[in-house]
Amino acid sequence: MASTVHEPPQVDPHRLPGHGRSGNGGGENLVPEDGDRGVALNYSPPPSSTAIWVVLFSITMTFAAFTSALIVRKGSSLDWRSFKLPSILFFNTLLLLASSVALEVSRRRIAAFMGNMKSQVESPARWLYMTLFLGLLFVAGQYVAWSQLSGQGLYLATNPSSSFFYVLTATHALHVLGGLAGLGYVIRKLSKSSLRRSTLDATARYWHFMDALWLYLLLLLSMKL
Amino acid sequence: MHDTSAHAAQHHAPTSFIRKYVFSLDHKVIGKQYYALALLAALVGMTLSWLMRLHLGWTNLAIPGLHFLSKNGAPANVMTPEFYLQLMTMHGTIMVFFVLTTAPFAAFGNFFLPIQVGAEDMPFPRFNMMSFWVTFLAFIVLMLSFLLGDGPTLGGWTQYAPLNAMGAVAGPGQGLGVVLWATSIALFCIGQLLGSLNFITTTLDLRVKGMSLMRLPLSAWAWFITSCMGLTAFSVLMPACILVILDHVAGTSFFVASGLVINDQLLPHSGGSTLLWQHLFWFFGHPEVYIAIVPGIGIVSHILMANMRKPMLSQRVIIYCMGALAVLSYMVYGHHMFVSGMNPVSALAFSFPTLVITIPATITVLIWVFSLYGSRLRINSASLFALGFISMFVSGGISGFFLAQPSIDIMLHATYFVVGHFHMVMGVAAMFGIFAGTYFWFPKMTGRMMNETLGRVHFWLSFVGTYCVFMPFHYLGMAGNVRRYSSFPEDYLQPLIPVHRLITIAALLTGAAQLIFVYNLIQSRFRGQSAPDNPWQATSLEWSTATPPPFDNFGGKHPVVYHDPYQYGVKSSVGDYVMQASPEQVKTEHEEK
Amino acid sequence: MARLFALTIIVIAIASAAPVVMHTWVAPADISTHGHLIDEQMSETMIEAGLSFLAAQIILAIFIWKFSSFHRDGEIRTFPGGAKGLVIAAIALVGAEVLALGVFGVKAWADVYLTPPSADAMPIQVQAGQFAFYFRYPGRDGKFGPLHPELINEATQNLFGLDPEHDPDSRDDIVTAEMAVPVNKEVHLLMHAKDVGHSFFVRELRVQQDFVPGLDVSLHFTATKVGKYEIVCTQLCGLGHYNMKAYLDVLSEHDFNDWLKKEAAMQ
Repeated sequence: MASTVHEPPQVDPHRLPGHGRSGNGGGENLVPEDGDRGVALNYSPPPSSTAIWVVLFSITMTFAAFTSALIVRKGSSLDWRSFKLPSILFFNTLLLLASSVALEVSRRRIAAFMGNMKSQVESPARWLYMTLFLGLLFVAGQYVAWSQLSGQGLYLATNPSSSFFYVLTATHALHVLGGLAGLGYVIRKLSKSSLRRSTLDATARYWHFMDALWLYLLLLLSMKL
Repeated sequence: MHDTSAHAAQHHAPTSFIRKYVFSLDHKVIGKQYYALALLAALVGMTLSWLMRLHLGWTNLAIPGLHFLSKNGAPANVMTPEFYLQLMTMHGTIMVFFVLTTAPFAAFGNFFLPIQVGAEDMPFPRFNMMSFWVTFLAFIVLMLSFLLGDGPTLGGWTQYAPLNAMGAVAGPGQGLGVVLWATSIALFCIGQLLGSLNFITTTLDLRVKGMSLMRLPLSAWAWFITSCMGLTAFSVLMPACILVILDHVAGTSFFVASGLVINDQLLPHSGGSTLLWQHLFWFFGHPEVYIAIVPGIGIVSHILMANMRKPMLSQRVIIYCMGALAVLSYMVYGHHMFVSGMNPVSALAFSFPTLVITIPATITVLIWVFSLYGSRLRINSASLFALGFISMFVSGGISGFFLAQPSIDIMLHATYFVVGHFHMVMGVAAMFGIFAGTYFWFPKMTGRMMNETLGRVHFWLSFVGTYCVFMPFHYLGMAGNVRRYSSFPEDYLQPLIPVHRLITIAALLTGAAQLIFVYNLIQSRFRGQSAPDNPWQATSLEWSTATPPPFDNFGGKHPVVYHDPYQYGVKSSVGDYVMQASPEQVKTEHEEK
Repeated sequence: MARLFALTIIVIAIASAAPVVMHTWVAPADISTHGHLIDEQMSETMIEAGLSFLAAQIILAIFIWKFSSFHRDGEIRTFPGGAKGLVIAAIALVGAEVLALGVFGVKAWADVYLTPPSADAMPIQVQAGQFAFYFRYPGRDGKFGPLHPELINEATQNLFGLDPEHDPDSRDDIVTAEMAVPVNKEVHLLMHAKDVGHSFFVRELRVQQDFVPGLDVSLHFTATKVGKYEIVCTQLCGLGHYNMKAYLDVLSEHDFNDWLKKEAAMQ
């Protein structure tokens, strides 16, 4: 999610300076001896591929903190009341997984589209919209789960178990919404033909991570609540 | 296949005032904004400490105008005990978060990290801008608590549960005050996470040709390591703050145990875990100490080498030591909780890594001190503060030996010994790092030199003054003087009050000396001599560009790096140093194997 | 300037060490059976840390003195031995120091926290609340009646939330605002907090322990010297934190029994 974006430059990849990393250090670096930074600007590794791992690490730490809070809180008290998870959660899981599949399909199509490997008639954005739609459906499904629980009289403050349920699922849903915003950004860039591959890859990694995180949360909640 | 993306950091110089100075995407402007925020916060924090010290020395002293700060905290301008605690909480929070984290890390890091790696900006300038403005918003939210409700929270910067989660019944500021505090800190976490994201990607992805990781200046290494620490620590503090806010506004019971009674009223909470907050907080809190000091270690090493005119005995060892401090800082947080009702066996488990952490700290100090041997030490404001940093770091660090041991902690826990310890090592030492950095980099940041005479006066008053303030804290602690007391009615504390009065006088004078620095800063900014590109004959990339650096840092060219960062004490065409970006080959190059 | 700086560092280092060496401000004499271990640990650490402190500051000062004004144009030199020697020295010396302090420290800590109270230790309950300590003695039956937090009422002086009508064990419980213990008798202190976190700190006893709301914490000690000592709160508990204190009376066996009778009569 970088600030500014340029048209993909048409440069022969074999003309890449320092291709074999023959420079004196700067392992990731591609600026040639004469300091012509234009080449480097176009070919430096995209920071978004590093950044996405940084983001995922940060999210992991946040949920690790919530997890340890849950375990400590459950262990320290006698007031923990278990409840049955709404079954719609499992349906939501399928939605989220399906959205990831749709994203992978669109990624392939976009790669083919960008590489002009074969002429594409349909716009690759279609599968992105599919991903977006399934993602929104997931969030809506989570909302249904919350209203089912509150229908049973289980609110945020009813019991520590329900507190943790709401906090964890809501935090996850917020992160999913963040991913949806990322997808929206990708679609917009694609429609302007200024999408960078690294942006798409980073968004995809984030999106798949949301799946993994959700599966983890589901496991945690069904074991601990 | 080959990534055909463009470099993210390229953007054009803005022309409108707002884009240039307010919502700027330029890392240099953001760095200065962070510096200004830190300066403002430091002045507020220092003023609060003056008020606190006056009250500690003379309990019934009327401080003119005090009632403006609080509706009912100062009847007839005399501070109430609860107002003292509110000021203390704000002093700690402001200093730890908005000064010691923002100045050495966010301010200098933002300005110099991209330049030192040879980049023209951070990779995500919009996140960088958000990082500052979210932090600024966090400061405003914190300050709002002076105006709203019954004032700021009185729970101390550590905000121990369940006092932090019970609501207004627990005392003034414990309702809205805590909510504002937790909101402010959660926002601060977001700001620093965005900053860390930029710092890490800048270091890993935007280095110019020739700038291998081992050729990064130590300051760049320090910022990189700090951002890794911040990423982990702030990711954990934020959820903790969210849980506290929920306990307040949503009626959950994360931190408030059942069966608690205030004013004969049973609280409606059930079964929360008091120690949970302490674990979450200190998992952040101890690394936070290193977030404050590691940039100082890097900055001071960087400045010392330029002023010793020789490299350290080993840069690599200092990098490893900073890394070791960062890793160990996560394994030692339990030493804050030795007598907190934690399992006594785990106290021992936390004690050993805490003692072990002295090893990398000792190595760092030994490398600094013995690198001085055989140097051609230049004395100026920057190097004086850097050397003062070493002295302070030793004085403050050595008391860690005591606090690392649970058995001794029985006597020293929650006394002024602890206050002296952390003020010296993370307060004064880190401040000295900031001052050294300011005197060293001010010419590059503003294009003007600072006044050297005023700088030295500032140093002498600060160095002697801070020792006079914080050394006696240790003695008070050994005599059992409990911290966070607004006055000392206990029989055994009465004889210690004269010591408190002396400390108060020293603190007022030392604080006043800081005004010299502020004056120097402002005066030099507008009237200072104009600075050459490389006033200190230093080697790293920030000195190869113009003063002040152009919008894209290197004027359209990217430098190429040919040398290790600290080639001092060599014979070259320009003198006794070779700049990193100079292709000149010299005979006696210091190469770390 | 540099020489003045070097001298200043040395003066400050010596001045900092002086009050410690001269025992200007020290903890009061120990009156517990376990305290000597803590004191020994403290003085050992003080010697080792103090010497390291002085050595580091003085070497720093000497180098500043020596290398700031000479050799202005001379060659720079490197410390013989280089970084490797320093690293090895630091790991060996500090490592040994750390290991020694750590191992001996375990003994002092274990003596306080990892040994159970003896079977005939005298149980005393202490309740910390904003902003006072209250103590409860079990009375003749040797049993504490159960607590009912909802019954706590300061107006009727039901400070612990006892219900003597329904709980026979509570009837002879003795609640006091001052703590008295017989000398040379082990005390088993049962600690709980009424509201927020507090701490129980008696310097002379070498005892400090937090109260954790929602958790029952216990502590045991033996006082060896008759006298009156101050108990203070060391965990920030609210606006009256500074004034939260009580007295500990260490009495002879005889005096203690008299005191307990008198308190029982006042219930």
